[in-house]
Amino acid sequence: MFGLKSESVLKLDQEYHELDEYQGKESRWCPGCGDNGILAATQRLCRDEQLAPEKTVFVSGIGCAARFPHYMGTYGFHGLHGRALPVAQGVKIRRPDLDVFVNMGDGDCCSIGTAHWIHAIRTNMKMVVMLHDNNIYGLTKNQASPTTPQGRITSTTPYGNLLKAMNPLTVTLGVTNVSFVAQVVEWIPDLLYKVLREAYNHKGLAFVRILQRCPHFMPTAWDQLLSNPDKIAVMDSPDGVQLSDATAKIYKTRVAHDSSDLNAARQVASLEDEVPVGILYRNEMVPTYDELRRPQRLPEPELTEEILNRSFDRFGIFPSTSSKAGD
Amino acid sequence: MHSTLSQTAKAEKSMSATIQKIDEHVVEIISDSGEGAQTAGQMFGTVSAKMGNGVWTVEIIPAEIEPPARSTAGASGNRIRIGAENITNAGDEADLVVSFNDQVLLGREAAGEFKPGATILLESKWREEREPEIVSVYIEAHDRLVAKGYRVVEINMEEECRKVVDNPQRGKNIFVVGILSCLYSRDLDIVRQEISKKFKKKGEKVIQSNLDLLDAGYQWAEANLEIRYVIPAPGVSQAQVVMNGNTAVALGTVASGMDVCAMYPITPATSASHYLSEIFEDVGGVVHQAEDEIAACAFALGASYAGKCAITITSGPGMALKTELMGLSVMAEIPLVMVNVQRGGPSTGLPTKVEQGDLLSAIFGVPGDAPKIVMAPATIEDCFYSVITARKIAETFRSLVVILSDANLATGQQAFLRPEFREEWLAPPIDQSPLPVGHKPYAWDEKTGMSSRAIPGQLNGLYTLTGLAHTGSGAVAYESGVNQESSRYRSLKLAAFQKTLKTPEVVGDPEGDLLIVGWGSTKGAIEEAVMRARKDGLKVSSMHLTFLQPMASGIREIMQKFKKVMTVEINYSDDLADEIIDEDNRRYANLAFLLRARYLIDVDCWSNVHGQPMKPGAIEKMIRSRLK
Repeated sequence: MFGLKSESVLKLDQEYHELDEYQGKESRWCPGCGDNGILAATQRLCRDEQLAPEKTVFVSGIGCAARFPHYMGTYGFHGLHGRALPVAQGVKIRRPDLDVFVNMGDGDCCSIGTAHWIHAIRTNMKMVVMLHDNNIYGLTKNQASPTTPQGRITSTTPYGNLLKAMNPLTVTLGVTNVSFVAQVVEWIPDLLYKVLREAYNHKGLAFVRILQRCPHFMPTAWDQLLSNPDKIAVMDSPDGVQLSDATAKIYKTRVAHDSSDLNAARQVASLEDEVPVGILYRNEMVPTYDELRRPQRLPEPELTEEILNRSFDRFGIFPSTSSKAGD
Repeated sequence: MHSTLSQTAKAEKSMSATIQKIDEHVVEIISDSGEGAQTAGQMFGTVSAKMGNGVWTVEIIPAEIEPPARSTAGASGNRIRIGAENITNAGDEADLVVSFNDQVLLGREAAGEFKPGATILLESKWREEREPEIVSVYIEAHDRLVAKGYRVVEINMEEECRKVVDNPQRGKNIFVVGILSCLYSRDLDIVRQEISKKFKKKGEKVIQSNLDLLDAGYQWAEANLEIRYVIPAPGVSQAQVVMNGNTAVALGTVASGMDVCAMYPITPATSASHYLSEIFEDVGGVVHQAEDEIAACAFALGASYAGKCAITITSGPGMALKTELMGLSVMAEIPLVMVNVQRGGPSTGLPTKVEQGDLLSAIFGVPGDAPKIVMAPATIEDCFYSVITARKIAETFRSLVVILSDANLATGQQAFLRPEFREEWLAPPIDQSPLPVGHKPYAWDEKTGMSSRAIPGQLNGLYTLTGLAHTGSGAVAYESGVNQESSRYRSLKLAAFQKTLKTPEVVGDPEGDLLIVGWGSTKGAIEEAVMRARKDGLKVSSMHLTFLQPMASGIREIMQKFKKVMTVEINYSDDLADEIIDEDNRRYANLAFLLRARYLIDVDCWSNVHGQPMKPGAIEKMIRSRLK
C-alpha cells in the first residue's frame, strides 16, 4: 500500500463478487486432469472470502499447473520455469494490499525452483503456495520429476527411475521459519477447499502440497489411494479441518495430531504406508518478511530530498572549506 | 649505490627543502591487506578535493580478502591523482609511491605502474627483521629498485610510530598521511577534520592518537625529507560532492524514486547496495538480498509488475544468470533497470578489475529477439544521473534498461557538482485509478509500439502477464502471425526511443585524420589523450557514446568526416600482428563490432584486457603511432 495514489485505491466493499467472476479463460487442461478440481476449489475460496479480483494476483512458473493464472479472473503472472516464488515475493513486498497465490508443479517447485522454494519458506511472506504434485513432467511429455516413484518408467527413465522419490513435506518442514504445511488430494473437494481456506487465512507462507492426477502420463499413480481410501490418513487435530459427514464416511483412517508440534508434523510427513492429509503444521507466531521489511515511513518527495541532501552533505565539499587552498 | 636508513635520512635532512610547483601528480599508497593503505589514500584524496584540487582516486584491490603477507600479488591500497585542474581519469604511472613492504612494491613495479625515476617511500623495518630470509629479500628488492633508477627513501615507519603510540601497526597509515601532507603542502586543518570524522565512532582517544600520528608523520617529513610539492588548487566555488560510482548509483536509485532494489552479492557491484541499504529504508525503500542472482531479478520484476519500476544491481556473471528474466522483462514489457558493474571476464575472470566486455552480451545476450536499451555512464556523476534517466525510460517505454558501469567507475572517486534535487526525478505514485472498460494490457500504438500498463489493483485492467507470445489483449498466441506482429511492436519501441536521442558531440575538430570512439569509463582518458595529441597539431578528435542500443542518429555522418575511425575499449580484440589473424577472422572490440555492422564503415579498434583503467599516456602513444 506504499506509494499508491490514495484517492483512487479500490473500495473493497462495493459489491458482491459471484463465482463466475473468478473464471478467467477457459481451461485447456486434459479431460480428467486434477488441476480442474484445484481451480474450482480456489475459485470457490475467492468467492467465499470475497476477494476483489483486482486485488488478487496468481503467480506461476512454467508447466501444466502454471497455466492456472490464465484461468482465474484476477491479475496473473505466468512467468518463468522455477521462478514463481521470487516473483510472488516481489509482487508482495510493497503491496500488502494484494492477496498473492502461487501455483507450481513438482518440476517447477522441487527441481528447477528448489533454491527459491527453500528460501521462500524461510522468508515466510504472506501468500498461499500450492504445489500441484502429479509426480511427472506433463507439459514436456513424461519425464521423471523429483517426486516420480522409484522404478517408474518415463521418457527419461526407460529402464525405470533409479532414485527414490523426494518427499516435499519433510523438506519443507525442515526449513527454518516454516509456518504452515498441509497436504491434500484433489479428489476430496471438501478437504481441498477447507485446507485452502485455512491456508488463505494463515499469517505467513502457507505451503499446500496437492496430490494431483495426471490422466495422460500417470493414469495409475494414485490407484492404491483411490481404491483403498483407508490409506489416506486424515489428521485429527482440535484446530484442524473438520470433514463433512459424507467425506468422513469414506475416509476412516484418523491420526490424532497436534499441528503445533513441529516434530510430530515431521513424523507424520515421513509416513510411508499411508498418505497424511490435512494440516500438518501451523504456527502463526513466525515473523513474516513482509512485516519485518514494512517501511517505517511512506515515500514522500520531501523525505527523499532530505535524505539525499543529508548524503550530499556527508560527501560534500563546500566553498568555505577551500579558503586555504593551493598556493 | 644504495643507502641505509640513517644515511638516507641524513642525506635528505642536510639539504633544505626546495618547493616544486607542479600541475599534477599521481600518488600511490600500497600495503598488505588490512594495513590501512586504502583509508590513507582515500583520506589524502578527500583532503585534496576539499582544498579544491581536481582528484581521481582508484582502489588497488587484491583478489582475496587477506592474501599472504608480503606477496607480489597482494598489493592493497589506493592511487590518487591530484591536479591543479579538473581531473577526469586515473592518469598515467605513479610519480610517488608509499609502500609498507618491498614485495607489494615489486609487484606493482613489474606491472609497469611507476614512472621512471619515481620517488618511493619504503617502510624499512624489514632490514631489522629476525628472519634472515626476509632481510635478504628486502635488501635485494631495495637494491634492484635503486639500480633501476628509482629514488628510494627508506623510512622506519613503525619505529617512528612507536614514539607516539603503543601499537605502531595500527595507525601507520595516518603517519603516512602526515608525511604526504607535508610533501604536498596539504591544509592540516582539513586533514584533522577528516581524521575526526573517520574515527568519530571509535571515540576521543582514538581520534587523539591518530592526530598525534598525523603530526608525527608531518614533523618527520619536515625534518628529514627535502621533497616539497605545491599543486595549485583553484579552490571550490560551488558546492561539490566526492564519492565513488557505486555510491553514485545508490544515490541515483534513491533520487529516481524507485523503491525496490533486489540484489545478490557480487564484486565489484555490491558496495552500491551497501550504501543503499543504509539509507533506502529512510525513504520508504527496500533493498532485498535474494538467495541468488536469478531470484534477485525475479523479485525486482515482480515488484515492477505490481508497482513502480524496480532495480537490480549486479556484475557480468550475475547478468548472465539473469538472462532469462531479461527476456521476460522484454517479452512481457515490464519495466526494469539493471545495473551491470562490469569486471574482467569471461567466467569468474578478474572480479576486482575493470573491463568493458559485456557490451555485446548486454545487447544480444538474450535468446530470441529481445530489443532493450543499453546505456553507459562515462563519469561518476553520470552514474548518479543515469539511474534517474534509466528509470524514466524504462517506465515510459515499458522496457528493460541496462546500465553498464564498470569497476573503474565503481571504486574510483571523483568530485562533481552537488546535484540539486528536482521532484520530477521521482517516479510518480502508483496509479490505481480505474482504466476504461475494455483496456488491453498491450494496446500497442501502430506507429511506435508503445502502450500503457495496468497495475494490480486497477479496475478493468485484469490480465495475466505471460512470457509466452501473446496478443494485444494478453492472450496466449495460438495463431501464426501474432509473434511477428508483437515482435514488430517491441522493436518499434526502440526506434521510437531512438528518435529522442541527441547526436553525440565531437571533442576536437569535426573532421580530421583520426576519430577515436569510446564508451563508458574510458571517456576522461581518451579525451585527455586526444587533447595532448592535438596540442602537437595532430588532427585527432574523439566521440563518446552514452547510448549503445539504440544509437543516436548522426553518428555515421560524424565518422564519415574522418580518414580513419577507431574505438578504444577495455575488452579483447585480435591483433593483426598475430600470424594467423587476418581481416577474415579478426575479432573486433565490442563497440567496433557494432559500429562496423551498423554503419558499414571500416572501424578499427585498439583494446586490451589488462584489467586496468586505460592510461591517457598509452592512448596518446597509440594515437601518435597511428598518425605517423
